[in-house]
Amino acid sequence: MLAIANVSKTYPNNVRALEGVTLDVAPGEIVAIVGGSGCGKSTLLRAISGLDRPSKGIIHLDDEVITQPHEKIGIVFQEPRLLPWLTVAENVGFGLAHLPASERKERVARAIDRVGLADKAGVWPRELSGGQAQRVSIARALVPRPEVLLLDEPFSALDAFTRTDLQDHLLDLWADSKPTLLLVTHDVEEAIVLADRIIVMRPRPGRLFDEIGNDLPRPRDRQSAGFDHVKRQVLAALDRSLGRNISVDERETSAEKGAAMWW
Amino acid sequence: MSSVEMTISVADKAEAAEAQPPRSARLWRPLLGLALPVALAVTWEIVVRLGWSDGRLVPPPSVIGTTLWELARTGELWQHTRATLLRVVAGFGLGVAAGTLFGAIAGYSALTRTIIDPTLQALRAIPSIAWVPLFILWLGIFEASKITLIAVGVFFPVYLGVMGAILSVDRKIVEVGRAFRLSGPALVRRILLPAVLPAYVVSLRSGLGLGWMFVVAAEFMGASEGLGYLLIDGQQLGKPVQIVAAIITFAVLGKTTDWILTSGTAPFLRWEDRFHARAGA
Repeated sequence: MLAIANVSKTYPNNVRALEGVTLDVAPGEIVAIVGGSGCGKSTLLRAISGLDRPSKGIIHLDDEVITQPHEKIGIVFQEPRLLPWLTVAENVGFGLAHLPASERKERVARAIDRVGLADKAGVWPRELSGGQAQRVSIARALVPRPEVLLLDEPFSALDAFTRTDLQDHLLDLWADSKPTLLLVTHDVEEAIVLADRIIVMRPRPGRLFDEIGNDLPRPRDRQSAGFDHVKRQVLAALDRSLGRNISVDERETSAEKGAAMWW
Repeated sequence: MSSVEMTISVADKAEAAEAQPPRSARLWRPLLGLALPVALAVTWEIVVRLGWSDGRLVPPPSVIGTTLWELARTGELWQHTRATLLRVVAGFGLGVAAGTLFGAIAGYSALTRTIIDPTLQALRAIPSIAWVPLFILWLGIFEASKITLIAVGVFFPVYLGVMGAILSVDRKIVEVGRAFRLSGPALVRRILLPAVLPAYVVSLRSGLGLGWMFVVAAEFMGASEGLGYLLIDGQQLGKPVQIVAAIITFAVLGKTTDWILTSGTAPFLRWEDRFHARAGA
């Protein structure tokens, strides 16, 4: 279990990015964190990844305290961050350098096949589309079989069509070994499609504000009434987190228009 | 076939044609660069043959060719080329080693950079030829002072290139290395070195160019052999043809060593996403 206890982060310029965040995530759970810009959601993710250290509080994975990057925690960034001098296959195998070549090769081949890029194994990253590159990045993070996979707005740079495609694909990959997924996103629909639980954060200082459970059956239909219901709950919580009070009726009309402008 | 499909396949073909020029064009294109110098040489040859100029100060190609052949036949050309080449190799090697070492340290450690960079930048501002008298006093008039001068010329572009390349490595890519828990040496080997390689090759090439410049300066300051000696000798004996022959040898050597450097490193840089990379430069 991933346990975040009373985590605060103050930057050297005295910006309080996070304050007193406590959150438990069960193994295999998918949790999405949404919130206005500056609410510290990426800061929280970076603290869990071990890339940054919190100023206060403690993060446990099972019995271990996380103070630096950990082999059981994988991360996918907003940009694919592939190493341009390695082929697709070498990028996917980047975290497996400690394994014997034969095992590494086999696991890499399986992972590339799993993200549907078997024909691209030998090409350079420059030859991939944005969506393909992000799939390679996800494969690279998953191939060491992490217990927790962190995703920092992983699909935000992609076009709408590729994005929904990759959301479905991510769920498909998750089903293989069911790691814990902790996802930061700007996209409310993305949070609802993917997550069992949606955490709403509030800015200045960043803290947890609300939590919306989501037990819609999978695969989730983005057009269904149930989906719309959850979406309205999340959007209302976001508005409240930013101190805006909009009545439910107005909320409904703006939700129908598509993504509300809550940021 | 629908009209949409047709449009797409036509567009595909157009694209393919653009990416792959006709075979004959690919073969002829590089030769186009030869047209101008060959035309000039032929014109000059004709002018001299017709007696419109005596060709004494600007010798015609045939005379230069004969001179080069004579120098080669007597072994002189090889002797001088060898002396110059050895100086460049030694000076380039030393300059590259020192430039890489200092550049890497200054790029990696901000503290070291603050300490050594201002001094090195000040030294860089000195025209390197100004060191010649001092090097001669310190190191004598033989090989040591010459090689040192060449090494100084090579050092600065390599130092600047390596330091700048390390400073500009993408923080986001370094973070990938950290996320995968690479140790310090592994981070250098698997992330930093490949990331700086393209800029490093560029700095080696400019270092090599300066190396060839400085070997001439070094050989002007008193040498009994070397292509620079041939130049001075040609001037003192009033033999412009010997000067031109030495200049041509310099051109061939400079171009050849640069070609060895670029083609030797090209296999490591195939991944680069460069403008025109696919045209196969």
